[in-house]
Amino acid sequence: MGSKPASLAHTTLASTLVPPLTNTNNIIMLDNLTILIDAPVFIVDLLVNGILIGAIFVLAAYGMALVWGVMNIINVAQGEYVMLGGFVTLLVVKAGLHPLWGIPIAACVLFILGLILYRLILYRVVDRDIFISLLATFGISILLAQLINQLFGADVQTIDPGLGTWHFMDGMVTVSVTKVIAFSLALGLGLCLWFFLKHARIGQAIRATAQNAQAARILGIDTHRVYAITYGINAALCGTAGSLVIMAWAVHPYMGLPYTVRSFMVVIVAGLGNLPGVVLAGLGLGAAENFAGFIAGTEFQIAFVFLLMIAILIWRNRALKRQRRYLK
Amino acid sequence: MMNIKIKFSITGKKYLCLAAWLTLTFLPLSAVSKVEGDTITLGAAISLTGKYATNGKHTKNGYDLGMKIINDSGGIKVGKKTYKLAIKYYDDESTPARGVQLAERLINQDGIRFLLGPYGSGLTKAMAPITEKYKVPMVEANGASLSLFNNGYRYLFAILSTTEQYLQTAVSLIADTTGKPEKIRIAGAFENDPFSQDIRNGVFDDAKRLGMKMVIDDKLPPDLNDMSATLTKVKALRPDLLVVSGHAKGAALAIRQISDMKVNVPMLALTHCDSADIIGKFGKAAEYALCASQWDRSLAYKDQFFGSAENFAQRFEKNFGYTPPYQAAESAAALLVYKDALERAGSFETEQVRDAIAATDMQTFYGNIKFDATGKNIAKPMVLYQVQDGQYKVVAPTKWAASQLRWPTPPWHQR
Repeated sequence: MGSKPASLAHTTLASTLVPPLTNTNNIIMLDNLTILIDAPVFIVDLLVNGILIGAIFVLAAYGMALVWGVMNIINVAQGEYVMLGGFVTLLVVKAGLHPLWGIPIAACVLFILGLILYRLILYRVVDRDIFISLLATFGISILLAQLINQLFGADVQTIDPGLGTWHFMDGMVTVSVTKVIAFSLALGLGLCLWFFLKHARIGQAIRATAQNAQAARILGIDTHRVYAITYGINAALCGTAGSLVIMAWAVHPYMGLPYTVRSFMVVIVAGLGNLPGVVLAGLGLGAAENFAGFIAGTEFQIAFVFLLMIAILIWRNRALKRQRRYLK
Repeated sequence: MMNIKIKFSITGKKYLCLAAWLTLTFLPLSAVSKVEGDTITLGAAISLTGKYATNGKHTKNGYDLGMKIINDSGGIKVGKKTYKLAIKYYDDESTPARGVQLAERLINQDGIRFLLGPYGSGLTKAMAPITEKYKVPMVEANGASLSLFNNGYRYLFAILSTTEQYLQTAVSLIADTTGKPEKIRIAGAFENDPFSQDIRNGVFDDAKRLGMKMVIDDKLPPDLNDMSATLTKVKALRPDLLVVSGHAKGAALAIRQISDMKVNVPMLALTHCDSADIIGKFGKAAEYALCASQWDRSLAYKDQFFGSAENFAQRFEKNFGYTPPYQAAESAAALLVYKDALERAGSFETEQVRDAIAATDMQTFYGNIKFDATGKNIAKPMVLYQVQDGQYKVVAPTKWAASQLRWPTPPWHQR
């Protein structure tokens, strides 16, 4: 793009747009595509912002993949842990600390909460049918949302970390520093997690338990301890995500479900136990969602992602069938 | 009764059931309000828990203050006797299904004949068929959706401006400010729920009437937590006015992401700024934003109970320790409507009171109140604040505006 992409975009695009009062969505969609063709700078903006949104989903999805793979529990309370991370950060800021302290503190608090909830509730359902654990975690999610509503009220909460925004190309591409931190953390923590599972003693125990809990127990691994730590790590990862969500967007007590659904989708698309897959799927979905929102209108943003997920699943199933293999 | 019993030879148990059924069915027809001694009891199901808990609390505080002021100033004179007011509350847990149950309960079990509205259009919509079924008047102060008023309800009265008017003031404001409405291009992002879509329709109607172009029409899904797709489009198309409505979350996200993404737009109009506390949370980033409001303490309306709007605000602060949002003000005003109507009706007969409410034509600290045939208040316009130097200042409608509009909003690098 030239040095003045904005004005260029403005004059060419504004004139091509008709009053969309009688517009159908098709016309709007075409108009939106024209914008991207006329001013490709916005492709960059959409891509960058989408990937950064995806980073948050990646963080929440790591934990879900871990808990699902190791404990065979689909944790429906995932989004509520994200929400709690946000509220812990809010408390940290109210206590006078810099918002960035919220990230490690939320992770620690959520880790402990994860351990406690495991000991209190999940401990009893971990070896049972998956529907029982679904119900149990669903119960936890309702309980946490209502509890936070009682303590903080239903208001939307947000924190300005005051980190500012980088902008490029005459202000047409903007990247909020908070989101860059989210992105680096998503990748960094992913690496740490991978390293931890591969090389740390307890990480190896986690993997052993995931492969065969009974055999692990025979070999002297305290599987309940492994489960507790796994669940704690999951909660901590969600807490980190939540801490970033309150700095980059906003949190409120009932925001959990979209995050649960999104991390569920990321894990489904990536496949269980596939950390690089989680990263790719999360970032990819974030970007795809942003483009869909731009081109088709935000009302189709989430619908599009679900369609994409179905398409990916069908395609993958067919590809695997052709290789005469089974989905793990 | 005897006849029936003989004819159908009904056993004792069945007879009881029948009697109960008859009582429940015909009781409301011969309804007289719940008046015990010298107390008139009104009923309300309010969201004290659940996602509307904050606004539910404002609503309750408003009702309580309205009741208190009426009782302190001598109560309500119906016929020759003076009565005190009381309110029976239930918590609807922010769920419409619960609201329906509680409306039934208030009417059937508690025998209450005059209801105050719940918080929000959704709950009002759920409860209105019940009050209609039992022919019990409901004066509501927090259900603004236009769709409440095209069902032909006879017993529903709303004292607030309906949703489609929320941001129409912004459309006329930019038309007046620029003087060239046909050149104006508007971008809209509205949450995909009945409330925000009503607002959208209002903006569209006015834009069409004034010959403006709508260049963006995004519907934000209720569980969406990010607006960057819409805002990238705003950067590309550079509209003259950006209108965003998505409850408190929408307002918070809009301010946060517009400043993060450095989106330059000459005029930004929102709803729910005060419930999102955009000034407290975003400080300078919130400057220049325009916010729709039902009411403001600086307005010049007066009544004999609270005095001016400012007097109401001070009294509210003294009682509850925080600045009254408009949800509290309109709730308090609902009680004044009941007082006025009951005194004019001179009776507790629901039909007469209903007619008296329908004939209301009064000024309160909250604004003028006069209902049209569908039960909505047509005498009070919406106001528009602008965030100026960290404070909300009323800038429209220009008739009552205490402050000058600051326009256009300078680009981010100059702010």
